[in-house]
Formats: sequence, structure tokens, C-alpha cells
Amino acid sequence: MNNSPATDNEELRELLESIRFVYGYDFTDYAEASIRRRVRHFMSANNFSSIRALNKTLLEEEVVLEQFIQETTVNVTEMFRDPSFYKSLQENVFQRLATYPFIKIWIAGSSTGEEVYSVAIFLQERGLLERSVIYATDINQKALQTAKEGIYHLKKMKSYTSNYMKAGGQRSFSDYYVSQYDAALLDRSLRQNIVFSAHNLAADKSFNEFQLICCRNVLIYFNQQLQNKVIDLFYESLCPFGFLALGNKESLLFAESRKNFEEVDRKERIFIKTG
Amino acid sequence: MQYEAVVIGVSAGGLRALSEILNGLPENYPLPLIVIQHRSKEERTLLEEVLQAKCAISIKQADEKETIKGGTVYFAPPDYHLLVERDHSFSLTCDEPVNFSRPSIDLLFETASEVYKDKLVGVILTGANSDGAAGIQAIQQRGGLTIAQDPETSHFPDMPRAAIDTGSVQHILTAPAIKYFLLDLAKKTV
Repeated sequence: MNNSPATDNEELRELLESIRFVYGYDFTDYAEASIRRRVRHFMSANNFSSIRALNKTLLEEEVVLEQFIQETTVNVTEMFRDPSFYKSLQENVFQRLATYPFIKIWIAGSSTGEEVYSVAIFLQERGLLERSVIYATDINQKALQTAKEGIYHLKKMKSYTSNYMKAGGQRSFSDYYVSQYDAALLDRSLRQNIVFSAHNLAADKSFNEFQLICCRNVLIYFNQQLQNKVIDLFYESLCPFGFLALGNKESLLFAESRKNFEEVDRKERIFIKTG
Repeated sequence: MQYEAVVIGVSAGGLRALSEILNGLPENYPLPLIVIQHRSKEERTLLEEVLQAKCAISIKQADEKETIKGGTVYFAPPDYHLLVERDHSFSLTCDEPVNFSRPSIDLLFETASEVYKDKLVGVILTGANSDGAAGIQAIQQRGGLTIAQDPETSHFPDMPRAAIDTGSVQHILTAPAIKYFLLDLAKKTV
């Protein structure tokens, strides 16, 4: 145990403040225990002896900053994570989406893309993908690149197949990818209507109006204040009666704008904008 | 007040050990108990319901940003890591598994020991892996109290044994003895 925890906390704060000031990446409103752990992890993997030393290098070398962003913001995800959520999405949301001539969906915090393709597959099965545009955004450029490529480990396909079936998939999941060596390449046609783009939820503004916003297991990384700010951003970015889908441990309970939403499926955390 | 929180790590064989310990704690037990039980991610709340039926103390799944209070047993939700924040609230993450586990015992123990320091009690129960060993070390290094279930009487001895092998465990006890130990601790606490 090198530093006293108090100094540690101050130095962490200083680090996050200076990253925000110099590069515009704002981690100052992230839940602290997790960001602290990620910073420590980065330090030990890259041989930094103190937060001060890391701070100095990050400010001087943008390459290291890029690496820092990549390694500290990756969110581990999977296809059809929580199959019961995807089932509810199809039953409660897609039916309504089908009434629009043109469907716009925002997947915020899309990470390496597994959830984006999961949504695209179910849109396709309902004949909706052709008239949809999915905006997949993330702060992490490298994760976005992986998402764009749509290539995943073959060994993961077994559990994805099982998730797909539990989620109410109508075909054989193997129709959606070709395998080569130990990789599975997802069907390129799924990508046609997906726009991958960098977006920083902590700093950037609304950029369009959507009928559905999915942001699952992203808000848990933020403190209360930033959560409220992001939920306001989603509120502004939804059309009247647009849907908001969160992760299964996330809620609008503490959100100031919660009165503007009603629950569509309490257990699966799907809400509709009513106010 | 000598102690402020108890963290418990348990894996295979956990239901029995947990019932033996938790069913003896009164509704008004003064400390919070925070539990990582490794379990399938499909299982959402069954464990809490089964245990609640047997126990007086209130049992729930931890919510993110929830303030940690005494007289409550908090379980980590399946498929999320559970962390303790400086303001004595919980946060959840979907970070990569640690020791092949999400939730990970080490992660809870390490973050809790940073917050509660020498006012934390760490307990490792039955299990077939070694999650929690690093966490027990962290608690001991910050002056907290450490306990492992006696491997001889654990349904799966590997996990308590791994904790004991770090040299950081101060008390090795059977599950019923852990219950009495926690009850005594509360008397000293009030």
C-alpha cells in the first residue's frame, strides 16, 4: 500500500480534471470505485509508479491518452445479453416501431457491437431492418472499430446461439455468421443500416430524434449527477412516445425527469416517453 | 464502534453455509452484511427469496447507488460486480470477470476495505475456486478482521483453503461458530 488513501483520492481527482481540461474526455462524474480500479490497473500494466507520473505522461503524450481511453472504457458485453430483455423488446417495442415509415434507433455505449447486431438481427426477422437506421455510438474508438468489423470469437457463438433461442429467435443462428478459423464473421447485410460513430455521453449533445434508445449497463458507471444529465439527454433525443431501454439493474428512480416516462416492462427496464 | 460492515464471499455449496449463518442473526443486527455468492446469471432472485423465508434479518439484492445500512444482508446481483463507494453506497459494473467470476469476491473485498479499513470483517466460506484470497489479504493489510470457514467442514474446501494459504486469515471456524462470532461482534459494536 503505497500512498495514503486520502492523497490517492486527491491525485485521482487531479488526474481526471486534467484529462478533461486538456482532452475533453470527462471522467470526473464517473462512479469512483470503478474508475479508480481501472486507473490502477492501467498503471500496473504500464509500469507507472504513481498517479502523478501517469498524469504527466498522459498530458505530454496523446498516444498514451488514447491507450488509456481504450483500456479504461471497455464495457464487456455479449450478444442477446439477458434474453428475456430481447424477448420483451420484440413483443413490446418492435410492434410499435413497425407503425413508423422510417425507424431511428440509438444504441448509446455500443461498446464492441454485440448488442447492436442483436437488435439488427431481430429487426431483420420482423422485416423492419430495411427501413431502420441504427446509430451505434461509443466513446471508445477502438471498440467502435471492433463493432464495425463485426468479427467475434467463434467459441462465443455457442452461448450466443443459446441466448438467441431463449430470446425468441426464429431462425438458425448459424445463418447469421460464417466461420473462419477461430473467428465468426457476422452477416455483412446486417451492417447496411448501422451508423457507427464516436459520441461522448458525458460531454456531447443530442444529435437526432429517435423512436428507441438503448443504453444498457452504461449508466451504472456514472454518478447520480451525470446519470440525470444523460437521462435528460435521452429525453430530448426521443420522439413523443419513444422508448428507452436500460440495463436490468438500472432505473429512473432517482432521475429528475422520471415523471416524463412510464414503465412498459418493469422487470426488463423498458420505458416510454409520455410527458 | 469497533466494526462497521461484514463482507462474505461464498461459492459452491453456499446455500447451506449461508443459511446456517444468516438464520441466527436478529432483524436488528447492527451491521450490514454484503455477500458475493457465485451463481448462474440466469438465476435472478431465487437465492434471496429462499434465504429470506428462513431468516429474520432482511435480505435483498444490492441496487446501484443504494446507501448501505445495518440490519440488512445485501447480495450482489448475478452477472455484475459489486463495489463499495466512499460515501458508503454501492456501485455495479460489467467489467471483465475477475478470477473467472462476475461478481468477484476480490473486487468487493478490495473496494470495501478501502472504505471501511480496519472496521471491516471479511469472511470466506465454502467454494471450489480461489476468488477472495487476494481480497482477504487486502482486508488484513488495512487492519480489518478476517475469518475463513474451516475447510474440513466446508462442502468445498478450496476457497477457504486458498484464503488461509495467504497467511492473512485470523480465525478459522465452522459455519455455526461464525454465526456466534458475528453475534458477539455485534454486542461489542453496540
